[in-house]
Amino acid sequence: MKVKKSLYMVALFPFLIWLILLVVVPLMLIGYYGFTNAAGIFSFDNFHQFFQPDYLRVLWRSLYLSLVATVFCLLAGYPVAMILAGNTFRKKTLLVVLLIAPMWMNFLLRTYAWLTLLEGNGVFNTILQAMGLPKQSFLGNTNAVVFGMVYNFLPYMIFPIYNSISKIPKNILEAARDLGGGNATCFFRIILPLSVPGIISGITMVFVPGVTTFVISQFLGSGKVTLIGDIIEQQFMHAGNWGFGSAISIVVMVVVVVCMWLVNRFSDDSGVMMP
Amino acid sequence: MKKLCKKAYFYFILIFLYAPILTLVVFSFNDAKSRGKWGGFSLRWYKELFHNSQIMDALVTTIVLALLAAFISTVIGTVAALALHKSGTRLRKSMINLTYLPMLNSDIVTGVSLMLLFTFFHLDLGFVTLLLSHITFCIPYVILSVMPKLYGMNQSVFEAALDLGASQLQAYKKIVLPDILPGIISGFLMSITLSIDDFVISFFNTGNGVKNISILVYTSKTGVKPENYALSSIMFGAVLILLLIINIKEKKKSTEVNY
Repeated sequence: MKVKKSLYMVALFPFLIWLILLVVVPLMLIGYYGFTNAAGIFSFDNFHQFFQPDYLRVLWRSLYLSLVATVFCLLAGYPVAMILAGNTFRKKTLLVVLLIAPMWMNFLLRTYAWLTLLEGNGVFNTILQAMGLPKQSFLGNTNAVVFGMVYNFLPYMIFPIYNSISKIPKNILEAARDLGGGNATCFFRIILPLSVPGIISGITMVFVPGVTTFVISQFLGSGKVTLIGDIIEQQFMHAGNWGFGSAISIVVMVVVVVCMWLVNRFSDDSGVMMP
Repeated sequence: MKKLCKKAYFYFILIFLYAPILTLVVFSFNDAKSRGKWGGFSLRWYKELFHNSQIMDALVTTIVLALLAAFISTVIGTVAALALHKSGTRLRKSMINLTYLPMLNSDIVTGVSLMLLFTFFHLDLGFVTLLLSHITFCIPYVILSVMPKLYGMNQSVFEAALDLGASQLQAYKKIVLPDILPGIISGFLMSITLSIDDFVISFFNTGNGVKNISILVYTSKTGVKPENYALSSIMFGAVLILLLIINIKEKKKSTEVNY
Protein backbone atom coordinates (compact mmCIF):
# COMPACT_ATOMS: atom_id res chain seq x y z
CA MET A 1 0.00 0.00 0.00
CA LYS A 2 2.79 2.40 0.91
CA VAL A 3 4.53 1.96 -2.42
CA LYS A 4 1.26 2.67 -4.18
CA LYS A 5 0.75 5.92 -2.31
CA SER A 6 4.18 7.26 -3.14
CA LEU A 7 3.60 6.36 -6.79
CA TYR A 8 0.53 8.56 -6.82
CA MET A 9 2.52 11.35 -5.26
CA VAL A 10 5.04 11.07 -8.10
CA ALA A 11 2.20 11.22 -10.61
CA LEU A 12 0.94 14.31 -8.86
CA PHE A 13 4.32 16.00 -9.06
CA PRO A 14 4.17 17.76 -12.48
CA PHE A 15 0.73 19.01 -11.64
CA LEU A 16 1.92 20.34 -8.28
CA ILE A 17 4.79 22.18 -9.90
CA TRP A 18 2.40 23.69 -12.42
CA LEU A 19 -0.01 24.68 -9.67
CA ILE A 20 2.62 26.39 -7.56
CA LEU A 21 4.77 27.95 -10.27
CA LEU A 22 2.14 29.06 -12.76
CA VAL A 23 -0.91 29.68 -10.60
CA VAL A 24 0.06 30.52 -7.03
CA VAL A 25 3.37 32.34 -7.52
CA PRO A 26 2.04 34.67 -10.27
CA LEU A 27 -0.85 35.71 -8.05
CA MET A 28 1.57 36.33 -5.20
CA LEU A 29 3.64 38.47 -7.55
CA ILE A 30 0.59 40.57 -8.34
CA GLY A 31 0.15 41.00 -4.60
CA TYR A 32 3.82 41.89 -4.22
CA TYR A 33 3.80 44.53 -6.95
CA GLY A 34 0.46 45.90 -5.84
CA PHE A 35 1.48 46.42 -2.23
CA THR A 36 4.95 47.89 -2.79
CA ASN A 37 6.02 51.28 -4.05
CA ALA A 38 8.70 52.05 -6.64
CA ALA A 39 11.43 51.51 -4.04
CA GLY A 40 10.13 48.03 -3.25
CA ILE A 41 8.87 48.96 0.21
CA PHE A 42 5.46 47.88 1.50
CA SER A 43 2.91 50.63 0.92
CA PHE A 44 -0.65 51.37 -0.07
CA ASP A 45 0.39 54.07 -2.54
CA ASN A 46 -0.94 52.21 -5.56
CA PHE A 47 -4.31 51.76 -3.93
CA HIS A 48 -4.42 55.41 -2.86
CA GLN A 49 -3.77 56.30 -6.45
CA PHE A 50 -6.61 54.09 -7.61
CA PHE A 51 -9.25 55.27 -5.16
CA GLN A 52 -9.62 58.62 -6.89
CA PRO A 53 -12.92 59.71 -8.46
CA ASP A 54 -11.58 59.35 -12.00
CA TYR A 55 -10.54 55.73 -11.66
CA LEU A 56 -13.53 54.77 -9.54
CA ARG A 57 -15.75 56.17 -12.27
CA VAL A 58 -14.05 53.85 -14.78
CA LEU A 59 -14.50 50.87 -12.46
CA TRP A 60 -18.15 51.76 -11.94
CA ARG A 61 -18.65 52.18 -15.70
CA SER A 62 -17.12 48.74 -16.37
CA LEU A 63 -19.33 47.08 -13.78
CA TYR A 64 -22.43 48.92 -14.97
CA LEU A 65 -21.93 48.25 -18.70
CA SER A 66 -21.12 44.61 -18.05
CA LEU A 67 -24.21 44.30 -15.86
CA VAL A 68 -26.40 45.80 -18.60
CA ALA A 69 -24.86 43.41 -21.13
CA THR A 70 -25.45 40.47 -18.76
CA VAL A 71 -29.13 41.42 -18.36
CA PHE A 72 -29.55 41.70 -22.13
CA CYS A 73 -27.83 38.33 -22.60
CA LEU A 74 -30.12 36.74 -20.03
CA LEU A 75 -33.28 38.25 -21.53
CA ALA A 76 -32.26 37.38 -25.10
CA GLY A 77 -30.61 34.06 -24.29
CA TYR A 78 -33.16 32.45 -21.98
CA PRO A 79 -35.85 32.16 -24.67
CA VAL A 80 -33.27 30.72 -27.06
CA ALA A 81 -32.29 28.10 -24.49
CA MET A 82 -35.96 27.25 -23.89
CA ILE A 83 -36.77 26.99 -27.58
CA LEU A 84 -33.71 24.79 -28.07
CA ALA A 85 -34.67 22.52 -25.15
CA GLY A 86 -38.32 22.38 -26.17
CA ASN A 87 -39.85 20.62 -29.15
CA THR A 88 -40.09 23.50 -31.60
CA PHE A 89 -37.38 22.09 -33.80
CA ARG A 90 -36.68 18.53 -34.78
CA LYS A 91 -33.03 18.81 -35.84
CA LYS A 92 -31.82 20.00 -32.47
CA THR A 93 -28.21 18.84 -32.69
CA LEU A 94 -27.76 20.74 -35.91
CA LEU A 95 -29.02 23.91 -34.26
CA VAL A 96 -26.69 23.45 -31.31
CA VAL A 97 -23.82 23.13 -33.78
CA LEU A 98 -24.98 26.27 -35.58
CA LEU A 99 -25.01 28.18 -32.30
CA ILE A 100 -21.54 26.94 -31.30
CA ALA A 101 -19.88 27.52 -34.68
CA PRO A 102 -19.59 31.33 -34.48
CA MET A 103 -17.48 30.93 -31.35
CA TRP A 104 -14.86 29.16 -33.45
CA MET A 105 -14.31 32.25 -35.53
CA ASN A 106 -11.59 34.43 -34.10
CA PHE A 107 -13.23 36.73 -31.59
CA LEU A 108 -11.23 39.77 -32.67
CA LEU A 109 -12.16 39.30 -36.29
CA ARG A 110 -15.83 38.91 -35.40
CA THR A 111 -15.74 42.13 -33.41
CA TYR A 112 -13.82 43.80 -36.20
CA ALA A 113 -16.47 42.73 -38.68
CA TRP A 114 -19.05 44.74 -36.76
CA LEU A 115 -16.97 47.80 -37.56
CA THR A 116 -17.49 47.10 -41.25
CA LEU A 117 -21.22 46.90 -40.64
CA LEU A 118 -21.65 49.80 -38.26
CA GLU A 119 -19.04 52.44 -39.10
CA GLY A 120 -19.74 55.83 -40.68
CA ASN A 121 -19.54 54.57 -44.27
CA GLY A 122 -20.40 51.02 -43.30
CA VAL A 123 -22.96 48.60 -44.64
CA PHE A 124 -25.83 49.70 -42.37
CA ASN A 125 -25.38 53.36 -43.14
CA THR A 126 -25.22 52.63 -46.86
CA ILE A 127 -28.55 50.83 -46.55
CA LEU A 128 -30.02 53.71 -44.53
CA GLN A 129 -28.91 56.21 -47.13
CA ALA A 130 -30.30 54.11 -49.94
CA MET A 131 -33.65 54.27 -48.17
CA GLY A 132 -33.33 58.02 -47.88
CA LEU A 133 -32.74 58.00 -44.13
CA PRO A 134 -30.08 60.04 -42.35
CA LYS A 135 -26.77 58.46 -41.36
CA GLN A 136 -26.41 57.22 -37.82
CA SER A 137 -23.25 57.04 -35.76
CA PHE A 138 -23.42 53.66 -34.08
CA LEU A 139 -19.87 53.47 -32.78
CA GLY A 140 -17.84 55.26 -30.17
CA ASN A 141 -20.40 55.22 -27.38
CA THR A 142 -21.39 53.00 -24.47
CA ASN A 143 -24.24 51.43 -26.46
CA ALA A 144 -21.75 50.09 -28.97
CA VAL A 145 -19.66 48.58 -26.18
CA VAL A 146 -22.67 46.90 -24.58
CA PHE A 147 -23.73 45.67 -28.01
CA GLY A 148 -20.28 44.16 -28.54
CA MET A 149 -20.39 42.42 -25.17
CA VAL A 150 -23.86 40.99 -25.85
CA TYR A 151 -22.75 39.78 -29.26
CA ASN A 152 -19.57 38.12 -28.02
CA PHE A 153 -20.87 36.57 -24.82
CA LEU A 154 -24.45 35.57 -25.72
CA PRO A 155 -23.55 31.89 -26.44
CA TYR A 156 -21.98 31.66 -22.97
CA MET A 157 -25.39 32.53 -21.53
CA ILE A 158 -27.41 30.25 -23.80
CA PHE A 159 -25.53 26.98 -23.27
CA PRO A 160 -25.45 26.67 -19.47
CA ILE A 161 -29.16 27.53 -19.35
CA TYR A 162 -29.92 25.12 -22.17
CA ASN A 163 -28.06 22.38 -20.30
CA SER A 164 -29.96 22.89 -17.07
CA ILE A 165 -33.34 23.17 -18.79
CA SER A 166 -32.83 20.00 -20.80
CA LYS A 167 -31.92 18.15 -17.60
CA ILE A 168 -35.35 18.86 -16.07
CA PRO A 169 -37.17 15.51 -16.00
CA LYS A 170 -40.17 15.56 -18.32
CA ASN A 171 -42.41 13.85 -15.77
CA ILE A 172 -42.21 16.79 -13.39
CA LEU A 173 -43.64 19.05 -16.07
CA GLU A 174 -46.26 16.43 -16.96
CA ALA A 175 -47.25 16.13 -13.31
CA ALA A 176 -47.59 19.89 -13.06
CA ARG A 177 -49.84 19.96 -16.12
CA ASP A 178 -51.94 17.05 -14.80
CA LEU A 179 -52.44 18.99 -11.60
CA GLY A 180 -53.82 21.89 -13.63
CA GLY A 181 -50.77 24.12 -13.92
CA GLY A 182 -50.84 26.51 -16.85
CA ASN A 183 -47.91 27.65 -18.93
CA ALA A 184 -47.03 30.48 -16.57
CA THR A 185 -47.18 28.26 -13.49
CA CYS A 186 -45.02 25.63 -15.13
CA PHE A 187 -42.49 28.25 -16.11
CA PHE A 188 -42.28 30.18 -12.85
CA ARG A 189 -42.57 27.23 -10.46
CA ILE A 190 -40.63 24.55 -12.30
CA ILE A 191 -38.52 25.62 -15.27
CA LEU A 192 -37.18 28.88 -13.88
CA PRO A 193 -36.24 27.60 -10.38
CA LEU A 194 -34.65 24.46 -11.79
CA SER A 195 -32.62 26.40 -14.31
CA VAL A 196 -31.07 28.66 -11.67
CA PRO A 197 -27.70 26.82 -11.73
CA GLY A 198 -27.51 27.40 -15.48
CA ILE A 199 -28.45 31.05 -15.05
CA ILE A 200 -25.75 31.49 -12.42
CA SER A 201 -22.99 30.02 -14.55
CA GLY A 202 -24.29 31.98 -17.52
CA ILE A 203 -24.13 35.21 -15.53
CA THR A 204 -20.60 34.39 -14.37
CA MET A 205 -19.45 33.58 -17.90
CA VAL A 206 -20.83 36.84 -19.28
CA PHE A 207 -20.25 39.26 -16.43
CA VAL A 208 -16.61 38.47 -15.61
CA PRO A 209 -15.19 38.79 -19.14
CA GLY A 210 -17.44 41.80 -19.69
CA VAL A 211 -16.01 43.72 -16.74
CA THR A 212 -12.43 43.13 -17.81
CA THR A 213 -12.62 43.41 -21.58
CA PHE A 214 -10.43 45.91 -23.35
CA VAL A 215 -10.75 44.73 -26.92
CA ILE A 216 -14.45 45.51 -27.29
CA SER A 217 -14.08 48.98 -25.83
CA GLN A 218 -11.14 49.73 -28.10
CA PHE A 219 -12.75 48.35 -31.26
CA LEU A 220 -16.39 49.36 -30.93
CA GLY A 221 -15.99 52.19 -28.43
CA SER A 222 -13.38 53.73 -30.77
CA GLY A 223 -11.24 54.40 -27.70
CA LYS A 224 -13.82 56.85 -26.34
CA VAL A 225 -15.22 54.47 -23.72
CA THR A 226 -12.52 53.60 -21.20
CA LEU A 227 -13.06 50.45 -19.18
CA ILE A 228 -11.04 49.07 -16.29
CA GLY A 229 -9.41 46.53 -18.63
CA ASP A 230 -8.13 49.40 -20.77
CA ILE A 231 -6.45 50.95 -17.75
CA ILE A 232 -4.79 47.69 -16.70
CA GLU A 233 -3.59 47.18 -20.27
CA GLN A 234 -2.21 50.74 -20.42
CA GLN A 235 -0.36 50.40 -17.12
CA PHE A 236 1.36 47.17 -18.14
CA MET A 237 1.93 47.66 -21.85
CA HIS A 238 2.42 51.41 -22.23
CA ALA A 239 2.97 53.20 -18.92
CA GLY A 240 5.18 50.48 -17.46
CA ASN A 241 3.67 51.12 -14.02
CA TRP A 242 3.36 47.52 -12.88
CA GLY A 243 2.63 48.36 -9.29
CA PHE A 244 -0.40 50.42 -10.19
CA GLY A 245 -1.54 47.85 -12.77
CA SER A 246 -1.24 45.09 -10.17
CA ALA A 247 -3.21 47.10 -7.63
CA ILE A 248 -6.05 47.57 -10.13
CA SER A 249 -5.94 43.84 -10.92
CA ILE A 250 -6.31 43.08 -7.22
CA VAL A 251 -9.27 45.45 -6.92
CA VAL A 252 -10.90 43.85 -9.97
CA MET A 253 -10.34 40.35 -8.56
CA VAL A 254 -11.91 41.30 -5.25
CA VAL A 255 -14.87 43.07 -6.87
CA VAL A 256 -15.56 40.12 -9.17
CA VAL A 257 -15.37 37.64 -6.29
CA VAL A 258 -17.75 39.76 -4.21
CA CYS A 259 -20.20 40.07 -7.13
CA MET A 260 -20.16 36.33 -7.73
CA TRP A 261 -20.63 35.65 -4.04
CA LEU A 262 -23.67 37.94 -4.03
CA VAL A 263 -25.14 36.17 -7.05
CA ASN A 264 -24.63 32.79 -5.41
CA ARG A 265 -26.18 33.97 -2.17
CA PHE A 266 -29.18 35.29 -4.01
CA SER A 267 -29.63 31.94 -5.73
CA ASP A 268 -29.30 29.89 -2.52
CA ASP A 269 -32.30 31.76 -1.27
CA SER A 270 -34.48 29.96 -3.78
CA GLY A 271 -37.65 31.47 -2.34
CA VAL A 272 -36.77 34.70 -4.11
CA MET A 273 -37.17 33.09 -7.48
CA MET A 274 -40.63 31.74 -6.68
CA PRO A 275 -43.67 33.98 -7.06
CA MET B 1 -48.62 30.55 -34.57
CA LYS B 2 -46.74 30.25 -31.31
CA LYS B 3 -44.35 27.83 -32.91
CA LEU B 4 -43.81 30.24 -35.76
CA CYS B 5 -42.91 33.03 -33.31
CA LYS B 6 -40.43 30.78 -31.58
CA LYS B 7 -38.83 29.79 -34.86
CA ALA B 8 -38.68 33.38 -36.02
CA TYR B 9 -37.00 34.44 -32.79
CA PHE B 10 -34.46 31.64 -33.03
CA TYR B 11 -33.59 32.54 -36.61
CA PHE B 12 -33.31 36.19 -35.60
CA ILE B 13 -30.67 35.25 -33.01
CA LEU B 14 -28.86 33.12 -35.58
CA ILE B 15 -28.80 36.05 -38.01
CA PHE B 16 -27.46 38.26 -35.21
CA LEU B 17 -24.67 35.76 -34.50
CA TYR B 18 -23.81 35.20 -38.15
CA ALA B 19 -24.08 38.78 -39.47
CA PRO B 20 -20.43 39.70 -38.89
CA ILE B 21 -19.24 36.29 -40.06
CA LEU B 22 -21.19 36.61 -43.30
CA THR B 23 -19.74 40.09 -43.69
CA LEU B 24 -16.23 38.69 -43.40
CA VAL B 25 -16.93 35.94 -45.89
CA VAL B 26 -18.55 38.32 -48.38
CA PHE B 27 -15.76 40.87 -48.12
CA SER B 28 -13.13 38.17 -48.53
CA PHE B 29 -14.36 37.95 -52.15
CA ASN B 30 -14.29 41.71 -52.57
CA ASP B 31 -11.97 43.02 -55.25
CA ALA B 32 -11.62 46.48 -53.64
CA LYS B 33 -9.13 46.94 -50.85
CA SER B 34 -11.24 49.15 -48.58
CA ARG B 35 -13.89 47.48 -46.50
CA GLY B 36 -17.39 48.79 -46.93
CA LYS B 37 -16.99 49.32 -50.67
CA TRP B 38 -17.86 46.53 -53.06
CA GLY B 39 -15.52 46.30 -56.03
CA GLY B 40 -16.71 43.10 -57.62
CA PHE B 41 -16.12 39.43 -57.03
CA SER B 42 -12.56 38.16 -56.97
CA LEU B 43 -10.40 35.48 -55.44
CA ARG B 44 -7.53 37.94 -55.17
CA TRP B 45 -7.21 37.83 -51.38
CA TYR B 46 -7.17 34.06 -51.34
CA LYS B 47 -4.23 34.13 -53.71
CA GLU B 48 -2.41 36.84 -51.79
CA LEU B 49 -3.07 35.10 -48.51
CA PHE B 50 -0.59 32.36 -49.33
CA HIS B 51 2.07 34.91 -50.26
CA ASN B 52 1.60 36.95 -47.09
CA SER B 53 4.41 35.64 -44.89
CA GLN B 54 3.16 37.53 -41.83
CA ILE B 55 -0.22 35.81 -41.87
CA MET B 56 1.28 32.44 -42.76
CA ASP B 57 3.74 32.73 -39.86
CA ALA B 58 0.93 33.65 -37.50
CA LEU B 59 -1.12 30.72 -38.74
CA VAL B 60 1.75 28.28 -38.19
CA THR B 61 2.38 29.75 -34.72
CA THR B 62 -1.30 29.41 -33.84
CA ILE B 63 -1.53 25.79 -34.97
CA VAL B 64 1.78 24.61 -33.47
CA LEU B 65 0.99 26.42 -30.25
CA ALA B 66 -2.49 24.94 -30.01
CA LEU B 67 -1.31 21.38 -30.68
CA LEU B 68 1.63 21.56 -28.27
CA ALA B 69 -0.33 23.28 -25.51
CA ALA B 70 -3.24 20.86 -25.89
CA PHE B 71 -0.97 17.81 -25.89
CA ILE B 72 1.11 18.83 -22.86
CA SER B 73 -1.85 20.00 -20.83
CA THR B 74 -3.78 16.83 -21.68
CA VAL B 75 -0.90 14.67 -20.42
CA ILE B 76 -0.36 16.68 -17.23
CA GLY B 77 -4.09 17.07 -16.62
CA THR B 78 -4.92 13.41 -17.15
CA VAL B 79 -2.09 12.17 -14.93
CA ALA B 80 -3.08 14.72 -12.30
CA ALA B 81 -6.72 13.65 -12.46
CA LEU B 82 -5.72 10.00 -12.00
CA ALA B 83 -3.51 10.86 -9.03
CA LEU B 84 -6.08 13.19 -7.48
CA HIS B 85 -8.73 10.52 -7.85
CA LYS B 86 -6.66 8.24 -5.63
CA SER B 87 -5.45 10.77 -3.09
CA GLY B 88 -7.07 11.68 0.22
CA THR B 89 -10.17 13.83 0.28
CA ARG B 90 -8.63 16.81 2.02
CA LEU B 91 -5.65 17.08 -0.31
CA ARG B 92 -7.92 16.54 -3.27
CA LYS B 93 -10.40 19.20 -2.28
CA SER B 94 -7.82 21.90 -1.66
CA MET B 95 -5.92 21.10 -4.85
CA ILE B 96 -9.03 21.08 -6.99
CA ASN B 97 -10.03 24.45 -5.58
CA LEU B 98 -6.62 25.82 -6.54
CA THR B 99 -6.98 24.28 -9.99
CA TYR B 100 -10.17 26.18 -10.65
CA LEU B 101 -8.60 29.50 -9.64
CA PRO B 102 -7.38 30.33 -13.17
CA MET B 103 -10.85 29.55 -14.52
CA LEU B 104 -12.52 31.98 -12.12
CA ASN B 105 -9.94 34.70 -12.60
CA SER B 106 -10.54 36.96 -15.51
CA ASP B 107 -8.24 36.46 -18.49
CA ILE B 108 -6.59 39.80 -17.97
CA VAL B 109 -5.54 38.99 -14.40
CA THR B 110 -4.18 35.59 -15.45
CA GLY B 111 -2.34 37.16 -18.36
CA VAL B 112 -0.84 39.95 -16.30
CA SER B 113 0.17 37.66 -13.44
CA LEU B 114 1.99 35.30 -15.81
CA MET B 115 3.75 38.20 -17.46
CA LEU B 116 4.97 39.33 -14.05
CA LEU B 117 6.22 35.81 -13.37
CA PHE B 118 8.14 35.51 -16.63
CA THR B 119 9.77 38.91 -16.33
CA PHE B 120 10.51 38.32 -12.66
CA PHE B 121 12.48 35.21 -13.59
CA HIS B 122 14.08 36.94 -16.61
CA LEU B 123 12.48 34.67 -19.16
CA ASP B 124 12.39 36.39 -22.54
CA LEU B 125 8.82 36.77 -23.71
CA GLY B 126 8.34 34.75 -26.86
CA PHE B 127 7.10 31.36 -28.01
CA VAL B 128 8.12 29.51 -24.83
CA THR B 129 6.30 31.90 -22.51
CA LEU B 130 3.33 31.84 -24.86
CA LEU B 131 3.28 28.05 -24.68
CA LEU B 132 3.60 28.02 -20.89
CA SER B 133 0.74 30.46 -20.52
CA HIS B 134 -1.49 28.43 -22.83
CA ILE B 135 -0.71 25.22 -20.94
CA THR B 136 -1.66 27.06 -17.78
CA PHE B 137 -5.14 27.97 -18.84
CA CYS B 138 -5.79 24.62 -20.56
CA ILE B 139 -4.95 22.23 -17.69
CA PRO B 140 -8.04 23.03 -15.57
CA TYR B 141 -10.35 22.25 -18.49
CA VAL B 142 -8.65 18.90 -19.05
CA ILE B 143 -9.01 17.98 -15.38
CA LEU B 144 -12.59 19.18 -15.45
CA SER B 145 -13.46 16.86 -18.32
CA VAL B 146 -11.47 13.81 -17.13
CA MET B 147 -12.54 13.88 -13.44
CA PRO B 148 -16.26 13.08 -14.01
CA LYS B 149 -15.33 10.09 -16.16
CA LEU B 150 -13.11 8.75 -13.37
CA TYR B 151 -15.94 9.03 -10.88
CA GLY B 152 -18.39 7.47 -13.29
CA MET B 153 -16.08 4.48 -13.77
CA ASN B 154 -16.84 1.09 -12.28
CA GLN B 155 -14.12 0.67 -9.67
CA SER B 156 -14.67 -3.07 -9.21
CA VAL B 157 -13.65 -3.85 -12.78
CA PHE B 158 -10.28 -2.29 -12.02
CA GLU B 159 -10.00 -4.32 -8.82
CA ALA B 160 -11.07 -7.48 -10.64
CA ALA B 161 -8.28 -6.94 -13.14
CA LEU B 162 -5.78 -6.67 -10.29
CA ASP B 163 -7.19 -9.82 -8.65
CA LEU B 164 -6.84 -11.68 -11.91
CA GLY B 165 -3.14 -10.90 -11.96
CA ALA B 166 -2.88 -7.74 -14.01
CA SER B 167 -0.19 -5.31 -12.94
CA GLN B 168 -1.19 -1.79 -11.95
CA LEU B 169 0.04 -0.47 -15.26
CA GLN B 170 -1.80 -3.12 -17.25
CA ALA B 171 -4.98 -2.45 -15.35
CA TYR B 172 -4.69 1.26 -16.05
CA LYS B 173 -3.98 0.66 -19.70
CA LYS B 174 -6.70 -1.89 -20.31
CA ILE B 175 -9.44 -0.84 -17.93
CA VAL B 176 -9.15 2.79 -16.85
CA LEU B 177 -7.84 4.40 -20.01
CA PRO B 178 -10.56 3.14 -22.36
CA ASP B 179 -13.17 4.25 -19.83
CA ILE B 180 -11.93 7.79 -19.50
CA LEU B 181 -10.83 8.22 -23.12
CA PRO B 182 -13.87 10.31 -24.15
CA GLY B 183 -13.05 12.72 -21.31
CA ILE B 184 -9.42 12.94 -22.38
CA ILE B 185 -10.37 13.59 -25.99
CA SER B 186 -12.88 16.29 -25.10
CA GLY B 187 -10.30 17.91 -22.83
CA PHE B 188 -7.80 17.86 -25.69
CA LEU B 189 -10.25 19.36 -28.16
CA MET B 190 -11.36 22.00 -25.69
CA SER B 191 -7.73 22.95 -25.11
CA ILE B 192 -7.17 23.37 -28.84
CA THR B 193 -10.24 25.56 -29.11
CA LEU B 194 -9.25 27.72 -26.16
CA SER B 195 -5.71 28.07 -27.42
CA ILE B 196 -6.72 29.09 -30.94
CA ASP B 197 -9.28 31.57 -29.71
CA ASP B 198 -7.23 33.15 -26.93
CA PHE B 199 -6.18 36.71 -27.28
CA VAL B 200 -5.88 38.40 -23.88
CA ILE B 201 -3.46 35.99 -22.19
CA SER B 202 -1.35 35.65 -25.35
CA PHE B 203 -1.22 39.41 -25.73
CA PHE B 204 0.53 39.86 -22.38
CA ASN B 205 2.86 36.90 -22.71
CA THR B 206 4.35 37.15 -26.14
CA GLY B 207 7.29 39.12 -27.44
CA ASN B 208 10.12 39.10 -29.94
CA GLY B 209 7.67 39.37 -32.78
CA VAL B 210 5.99 36.03 -32.08
CA LYS B 211 2.35 36.49 -33.08
CA ASN B 212 -0.65 34.24 -33.29
CA ILE B 213 -3.63 35.18 -35.43
CA SER B 214 -5.39 37.08 -32.63
CA ILE B 215 -2.37 39.22 -31.88
CA LEU B 216 -1.81 39.87 -35.57
CA VAL B 217 -5.38 41.12 -35.93
CA TYR B 218 -5.09 43.26 -32.82
CA THR B 219 -1.80 44.88 -33.77
CA SER B 220 -3.13 45.74 -37.23
CA LYS B 221 -6.51 46.90 -35.99
CA THR B 222 -6.40 50.15 -37.92
CA GLY B 223 -6.04 48.23 -41.15
CA VAL B 224 -6.87 44.55 -40.96
CA LYS B 225 -5.86 43.22 -44.33
CA PRO B 226 -8.46 41.55 -46.53
CA GLU B 227 -6.20 38.47 -46.54
CA ASN B 228 -7.28 38.00 -42.95
CA TYR B 229 -10.90 37.80 -44.10
CA ALA B 230 -9.91 35.11 -46.56
CA LEU B 231 -8.02 33.17 -43.91
CA SER B 232 -10.83 33.34 -41.39
CA SER B 233 -13.37 32.36 -44.03
CA ILE B 234 -11.32 29.26 -44.83
CA MET B 235 -10.88 28.43 -41.14
CA PHE B 236 -14.56 28.96 -40.44
CA GLY B 237 -15.59 26.82 -43.39
CA ALA B 238 -13.27 24.03 -42.25
CA VAL B 239 -14.60 24.14 -38.70
CA LEU B 240 -18.22 24.22 -39.83
CA ILE B 241 -17.71 21.20 -42.08
CA LEU B 242 -15.90 19.36 -39.27
CA LEU B 243 -18.68 20.08 -36.78
CA LEU B 244 -21.34 18.99 -39.25
CA ILE B 245 -19.50 15.73 -39.96
CA ILE B 246 -19.21 14.99 -36.24
CA ASN B 247 -22.86 15.87 -35.90
CA ILE B 248 -23.93 13.49 -38.66
CA LYS B 249 -21.75 10.70 -37.28
CA GLU B 250 -23.19 11.11 -33.81
CA LYS B 251 -26.67 11.06 -35.19
CA LYS B 252 -25.97 7.72 -36.82
CA LYS B 253 -24.74 6.34 -33.52
CA SER B 254 -27.81 7.30 -31.55
CA THR B 255 -31.03 9.12 -32.20
CA GLU B 256 -31.01 10.52 -28.67
CA VAL B 257 -29.65 14.04 -28.29
CA ASN B 258 -26.84 14.17 -25.79
CA TYR B 259 -25.15 17.47 -25.18
